[in-house]
Amino acid sequence: MSGSIPFSDRIANWLPRLVLAPSLLVVLVVVYLFICWTGWISLSSSMIVPKYDFVGLSQYVRLWSTPRWHTAVFNLVIFSVLFLGITTLLGLLMAILLDQKIRCEGALRAIFLYPMALSFIVTGTAWKWILNPALGVQKVVNDLGWTSFVFDWIARPSFAIYCVVIAAVWQSTGFAMALFLAGLRGIDNSVIKAAQIEGASLPLIYRQIVIPMLRPAFLSVIVLLSYIAIKSFDLILALTNTGPGSATEMPSTFMYSATFRRDQMGVGAASAMMMLMTVVAIIVPYLYSELKETGDGH
Amino acid sequence: MSTLEIDRIRKSYGIHEVLKEVSISIATGDFLVLLGPSGCGKSTLLNMIAGLDSITGGEVRIAGKVVNDLSPKDRDIAMVFQSYALYPTMTVRQNIEFGMKIRGVPPAEREKAVSKAADLLQMTHLLDRKPAQLSGGQRQRVAMGRAIVRQPKLFLFDEPLSNLDAKLRVDMRTEIKRLHARLGTTIVYVTHDQIEAMTLATRVAVMKDGVVQQLDEPQVVYDRPANVYVAKFVGSPSMNIIPGVLEVQGSTVSAVVDVANRQPARISGIPMSLETARKYAGKKVLVGIRPENFSIAAGDHGSTLAVDIDVVEPTGPDTLVVFNCGGVEVTARLPPKQASAGSEAVLSVDTSKVVIFDAISETRID
Amino acid sequence: MATKAPSHQRQQLLGRAIIYGGLLFMAAFYLMPLWVMITTSVKHLDEIYAGSFIGLPKQITFEAWQTAWSEACNGTACRGLKPYFINSLLMTIPAVLLSTGIGAINGYVITKWRFPGSNVIFGLLLFGCFLPFQAVILPMAQTLGMLGLAGTIPGLVLVHTVYGIAFTTLFFRNYFISIPDELVKAAQIDGAGFIRIFVSIILPTALPIIVVSCIWQFTQIWNDFLFGASFTAGENAPITVALNNIVNVSMGRKQYNVDMAAAMIAALPTLIVYVVAGRYFVRGLTAGAVKG
Repeated sequence: MSGSIPFSDRIANWLPRLVLAPSLLVVLVVVYLFICWTGWISLSSSMIVPKYDFVGLSQYVRLWSTPRWHTAVFNLVIFSVLFLGITTLLGLLMAILLDQKIRCEGALRAIFLYPMALSFIVTGTAWKWILNPALGVQKVVNDLGWTSFVFDWIARPSFAIYCVVIAAVWQSTGFAMALFLAGLRGIDNSVIKAAQIEGASLPLIYRQIVIPMLRPAFLSVIVLLSYIAIKSFDLILALTNTGPGSATEMPSTFMYSATFRRDQMGVGAASAMMMLMTVVAIIVPYLYSELKETGDGH
Repeated sequence: MSTLEIDRIRKSYGIHEVLKEVSISIATGDFLVLLGPSGCGKSTLLNMIAGLDSITGGEVRIAGKVVNDLSPKDRDIAMVFQSYALYPTMTVRQNIEFGMKIRGVPPAEREKAVSKAADLLQMTHLLDRKPAQLSGGQRQRVAMGRAIVRQPKLFLFDEPLSNLDAKLRVDMRTEIKRLHARLGTTIVYVTHDQIEAMTLATRVAVMKDGVVQQLDEPQVVYDRPANVYVAKFVGSPSMNIIPGVLEVQGSTVSAVVDVANRQPARISGIPMSLETARKYAGKKVLVGIRPENFSIAAGDHGSTLAVDIDVVEPTGPDTLVVFNCGGVEVTARLPPKQASAGSEAVLSVDTSKVVIFDAISETRID
Repeated sequence: MATKAPSHQRQQLLGRAIIYGGLLFMAAFYLMPLWVMITTSVKHLDEIYAGSFIGLPKQITFEAWQTAWSEACNGTACRGLKPYFINSLLMTIPAVLLSTGIGAINGYVITKWRFPGSNVIFGLLLFGCFLPFQAVILPMAQTLGMLGLAGTIPGLVLVHTVYGIAFTTLFFRNYFISIPDELVKAAQIDGAGFIRIFVSIILPTALPIIVVSCIWQFTQIWNDFLFGASFTAGENAPITVALNNIVNVSMGRKQYNVDMAAAMIAALPTLIVYVVAGRYFVRGLTAGAVKG
């Protein structure tokens, strides 16, 4: 650039960058610097307050020798597998049913989606009441005449995690449905017509043609649901409060109670880093592939 | 005075060179069309003239003044875009006024300019509508109106007709031509449509891969294309390029081409300098013949070739006839109903219009 | 069409019946918790303990709502949800406006004023959408302490704003990218600058996405629990934290009707937004799939 450019023009050239700079700075600090900070704490001997010494990986060793953390990881695996599996399948089924030129489609869609507008605390509160063995669903069925019916999962340590799955599925299926529906609407109708002319039945068309074409939607659904699963925190606190005992402990609740209730800040930070690594392993490749596809030439 | 000089302009993104030392200069009142396929650098060049893209090297001068470091608003230009780029939330009037408002033109003057432009483009009744309520042609008109009120030294058009349907495109083309005749402003117009270039331009620059292949009047570009690329790009159906061998007998230059299943044909009386012709005598060349330069032979005299016709495509006013010659498909434009597929035809060639290209460099030899 | 075999028609009818049956069953399943919440909240406690779970209330009473709003005990304080509802409003509204405004400008720069590295910056911002907040809670608590904002509502506004920027930027970026760049070029030739183009050209077209962003941020921030529980205590807690405390109070006979009324009160603002502007809410949801 030659020196003849007026000063005001040079400012104008830099204005976009100047405007973006504060946001970038803030995000660099509150996301990336804070992650490093947490990482640092996880390598220190911090208990009640942060201490900035260095004890190597001993907090991670402590974390992985804590039975409660094992429960949490085990629960996360069970929860994720069931939650992802059921939500994806149910969401897909609902999207396909809704895509059959249904009357009142808008109203039905609204009904399936409204739980997404609720706080997990509200969801947890409601389901806690519904699953209450003394007064909830069990009692209703008992009163209907089936007196031997038992549905007391929420009070049984080995079943309580399934209650969390039920509530989480109820809350999130609409979301999966919305993504699948968007995917279905994006499919060129002539493909389906062509298959129909060749004599393929509707279930066959869906199995062989439509569902394979929904691959991008599947990817989005699974990634986003995994993210919801890993960070799920409020739902557990509201529904089971990690109980009975610590039967429904999850990494997120473990992190919270280690840090704020049990004065084991170092262990808490270590567990947070474990969660972060899991999310990064899922999200970063996803974002990379999404951005690469949308990325523009120059 | 509003000349435009583009002096050894270069543009690169990193190591990727988009424009390689492009030089074009046009006089006041010229209508320059930058013609080429997408990716040839024509839009980049236009954006650089407008000041919307930075210049890597070289100079752009408008009316003799270097504008390299001027921002778009200070270059005294107006631009019409392919997508019209009308401000969607403003009415037509506000769209046209916007630039004047920014320049601080008083309301009364703005009003006058708007109504004048609206008059000129017959869109007074549209002034209070929003762009979304307009048809494609109307939007195009508004975009032109917005350009006109600037009274610029230079109009820039970036593929302004590409988004219109075929019928409207022809109408608007006429309108742009009329506008140019009336206003007399210098215009730079980018398109990939060779018909637009032929009909509108006073000067055409055919571009490929960031290089100007030929800069000339449209008829010259059509009749005497600088190379095979230009020959094929301008004209539809495009010029036939037939491999052949050049021969010189006395002062007569002729080319011999193979005809499928037939005797080789000799096309004699090609207009080119004897000196050059002798250099190429006996060598392989490319023979360029426009489809309309074939006709049904009236007798045995002149340059004729007997061919087997593969396909006949009637277009209404005339018929396109396809046959094989020198290993390539050749198209001839003949009057209707003079040939049928599968039959034989004897065609004569208007040799005064034949062009010869070097077989390797593919440039025209005279 | 008229020549269709009757068996084929019957089969089709059966298919439709199965589809509608399935959908209606699902709808019932989805509406059931809301139904239970509403009916329970307007029943007398005695009726609830007598075993009416799913049925209509014998007598409608708003006592439970009254209690939940102004009397329910949250720990030792028995002031109901009202003060926390106000806290949530005070926290949500500024954070929504700030994060949406910043996101709009960011999206504008990233799409219309690209410069070398702007895509990298977008990538860096984007990861913020998927940050598990547990990984930043500790440093944030320290920082809020240093800034003197620990346990305060302005502190929560700050936290929600900075972590909201990622999502709002994504919304506006995806919206503005579909606005032709030529619009900006035309305005530049007209003589408009960076700010003028944003204010007079781009922003007026962005109304739908502004609504999407506001609704999304409102729902997210209103429903947040983790930040509220981590950075506030007692008086300054947002409504989700207060609701959880009220529900988990374990003294005396459990007042299920009050719990449900409290849950409804906490849910109402986002539910109302959903009912009024559901279309925009769905757009926000699906934008999470980056390409939307």
